[in-house]
Amino acid sequence: MDLDMSINAPHSMGTTIIGVTYNGGVVLGADSRTSTGMYVANRASDKITQLTDNVYVCRSGSAADSQIVSDYVRHFLHQHTIQLGQPATVKVAANLIRLISYNNKNMLETGLIVGGWDKYEGGKIYGIPLGGTLIEQPFAIGGSGSSYLYGFFDQEWKEGMTMEEAEKLVVKAVSLAIARDGASGGVVRTVIINSEGVKRNFYPGDKLPLWHEELEPQNSLLDILNAPEPMNT
Amino acid sequence: MMLPGSNRRIHSVHRHSGMAVAGLAADGRQIVARAKSEATNYESVYGEPIPVKELAERVASYVHLCTLYWWLRPFGCGIILGGYDRDGPQLYMVEPSGISYKYFGAAIGKGKQAAKTEIEKLKLSEMTCREGVIEVAKIIYKVHDEAKDKAFELEISWVCDESKQQHQKVPNDLLEEAKAAARTALEEMDAD
Repeated sequence: MDLDMSINAPHSMGTTIIGVTYNGGVVLGADSRTSTGMYVANRASDKITQLTDNVYVCRSGSAADSQIVSDYVRHFLHQHTIQLGQPATVKVAANLIRLISYNNKNMLETGLIVGGWDKYEGGKIYGIPLGGTLIEQPFAIGGSGSSYLYGFFDQEWKEGMTMEEAEKLVVKAVSLAIARDGASGGVVRTVIINSEGVKRNFYPGDKLPLWHEELEPQNSLLDILNAPEPMNT
Repeated sequence: MMLPGSNRRIHSVHRHSGMAVAGLAADGRQIVARAKSEATNYESVYGEPIPVKELAERVASYVHLCTLYWWLRPFGCGIILGGYDRDGPQLYMVEPSGISYKYFGAAIGKGKQAAKTEIEKLKLSEMTCREGVIEVAKIIYKVHDEAKDKAFELEISWVCDESKQQHQKVPNDLLEEAKAAARTALEEMDAD
């Protein structure tokens, strides 16, 4: 494979991002690996970014592009909220993201999942992949790691889950993708949004379940050094 | 001599909202054009129909603009804006000064004082939209001064659940019913 993976390659978030609706709100989930080529530039990044009190976005693709788009939309949404006199709807946030993504499609490389809760529609997820399409979905997956999750969701997804079921599903899915996708890794972050507000959760890598052929995590070289000799003759 | 239906006072601004103009008709047309433009622009940016409150504020802001500079004259008309959005049906009025308020009942034009008095007699929270149409017709006929004012043509439009939250002229049969009821009410009053 002739991949030019130098240390000066642009920061990319080979990523796994997920957004899922449940009965009463949404759960957003993501891994935490930001890579420049083969080097992991940030192993604990936060890819779930706030746009307003009630709307968050999962970022994937180019780190710079997704950050800039989020910043612009946060700015416009803030103005919009002031004019409207009430919180912006998820649909409006998603539409603003879509307009920027579509109108600058030649320059940008970022796939986004917008999720939130508003009083008119409840919990909603909108997927905005590379070209700038806007699609409202009961759940959405994105990033390089999502390739390994299509079959998983086809089987495991169900309508009207509880908050606990939904979060468990998201954490399991991200952890499966991390296991198979070299560009995803680190910790799993989730954000739960509903009528009561926003809750952030954090699942460190060593707390995630181990899948087929995965090894127990080694926390420190000291543990290895102090371990008993493998063969005592 | 004029063709009936050729001097429209009520204009649709967007699918879900409409505007009635009182005053200089040409000025009114300018405001309607601006309102239409604001409404379509909002929808193309934000992806949802413009909330009525937002539309009223934008129109009021535009009307107010023309009171700020010496080289612009204020608009010579007032407008009543009605619309139906996610928060239900709403009514706003914008005056030439740029003032805009939300109302349960509003009137502008020559007979506005008398009309407002009549509106205040109504129990608005208990009325259906159909009943409202009839009451409005009665008020228009009542405040019309036969001696001083010239002949008029009644125009009524509505935005309600019955019109599927779209701004439309009321159906013909309802309009005729309203006119008939209004004329009867006038006769009853004159009979005293």
